[in-house]
Amino acid sequence: MLYTLLCYNDEAITSAWTDEEDAAVMARLDVVHRKWADKFQPMARLMPTSAATTLRKRDGEILDGPYAETKEQLLGFYVVDVEDLEMALHIARDLTEANPGGAYELRPIMIYYPNGKAVENDPGT
Amino acid sequence: MTRAPDPSWIEARLVGARPQAVAALLRYFRDLDLAEEAFQEACLRALRSWPQNGPPRDCAGWLIMVGRNAALDHIRRRAKLTDLPPEDALSDHGEPEPDMAERLDAADYRDDILRLLFICCHPDLPATQQIALALRVVSGLPVARIAAAFVVGERAMEQRITRAKRRIAQADVPFETPGPLERAERFASVAAMIYLVFNEGYTDANPASERAALCGEAIRLARLMLRMFPSEPEMMGLLALMLLQHSRQKARFDGAGLPILLEDQDRKLWNRHMIAESLAMIDKAMLHHRPGPYQIQAAIAALHARAQTPEETDWAGIDQLYEALEQRAPSPVVSLNRAVAVSKLHGPQAALDMIEPLSERLDGYFYFHGMRGALLEKLGRNAEARDAFGHAIALANTPAEAAHIRQHLDRM
Repeated sequence: MLYTLLCYNDEAITSAWTDEEDAAVMARLDVVHRKWADKFQPMARLMPTSAATTLRKRDGEILDGPYAETKEQLLGFYVVDVEDLEMALHIARDLTEANPGGAYELRPIMIYYPNGKAVENDPGT
Repeated sequence: MTRAPDPSWIEARLVGARPQAVAALLRYFRDLDLAEEAFQEACLRALRSWPQNGPPRDCAGWLIMVGRNAALDHIRRRAKLTDLPPEDALSDHGEPEPDMAERLDAADYRDDILRLLFICCHPDLPATQQIALALRVVSGLPVARIAAAFVVGERAMEQRITRAKRRIAQADVPFETPGPLERAERFASVAAMIYLVFNEGYTDANPASERAALCGEAIRLARLMLRMFPSEPEMMGLLALMLLQHSRQKARFDGAGLPILLEDQDRKLWNRHMIAESLAMIDKAMLHHRPGPYQIQAAIAALHARAQTPEETDWAGIDQLYEALEQRAPSPVVSLNRAVAVSKLHGPQAALDMIEPLSERLDGYFYFHGMRGALLEKLGRNAEARDAFGHAIALANTPAEAAHIRQHLDRM
């Protein structure tokens, strides 16, 4: 069985972390990541919601920020490897054709481990 | 509610909720000191109550309500009213949240925070006071840390902040909800102030210093603004610009604290996460088709960031962007920066021809003479180059800047 674990927290709090606090959290998580390395599939840390764009499928309107409505539920997600936001939007519009209703939030990924492992080659810092 | 294992969890919540809470309390009391005192009191109560009860779902809402009640209580006491309400009517034992939701919605918060930041950049205040006040009131940094960042004594910084507050109290700060035009003006002032905070930190060679930490604080403020006002392309541009500049922090100085020029930096030391986020911000901003100076500067910095090696730099693109910037925000400093691109594209003579007309306006500017010297050196006019470098050293703002020019002279 495959499960996704979707991570929620208050961004006002997480963005108040200092670099050291952030690194400490990541280091603690890393211990767990290694412990369950054979269970983890793709893992991603998303960029802040300030980097998000939302495509409202009803009218194709592009909104800045994350998807804020609470009427709809999260039903799935894609990870796409594209040149820029424009291309990601292009794909999202194609998906809309096939399945109207709801919205797509396009959120860039900050850290991505395609197979759950490989913590060594962090392209940041 | 399970308790978090780390006792610092309360601290992070208080810091995170602070801008929103102080901003809302300022709306209630219309007095910065009173708002800050109310917030302090609410924090004290949180420290007593949260370890037992767990954090409330809406920390900012809790702090606003508790802080407001505590301050009202305090005001009544000061007014020597004997008829105090019973303790539990305004205590922290009850759950203040249910009626919070109705009274505070996102729209209130937005303008509260904008107002709080806007107050800090009141035109009567000199830039240093604006920064100090914002760091104290909005970010909640302790006075000792702000003093350390500005390399002044704690007492002196305390006085500087007190003076700034007094001036604001005398100034007429409008508390009604701003109209669109006014909001846009406030926004521009706040963006400029956030960039001032950033630049204060940017010049520090030691990434672990209090001063350098101001860069992170400025980025946090810009993200906060974007959470409140998600559709402001210039704020996206400013955030991108700061992230791009900050991404080079580890590469910008050598071991002795001397600045390293962009083309000599070890690009592997650039922070890829920050670059990626800034590129995403620029993409977003461009969808608005409302370019502005921050977006253009960010786009220039992005072209540098996209180049894996200095040779791959898209100088033609940079030249075009500087041209756009010259049109929108003309300044001799912008033209001076453009000359770097012109030099790469058309050689040092073309760049020199471009900057010579600026000599009168930029005569007192360190970088002008430094760049003029470098161009003259490339043209083999060494005597004139030495002269220009001598001028630059005399105008250097820091010993590091002077040392950097001396290196140039040594190499000649």
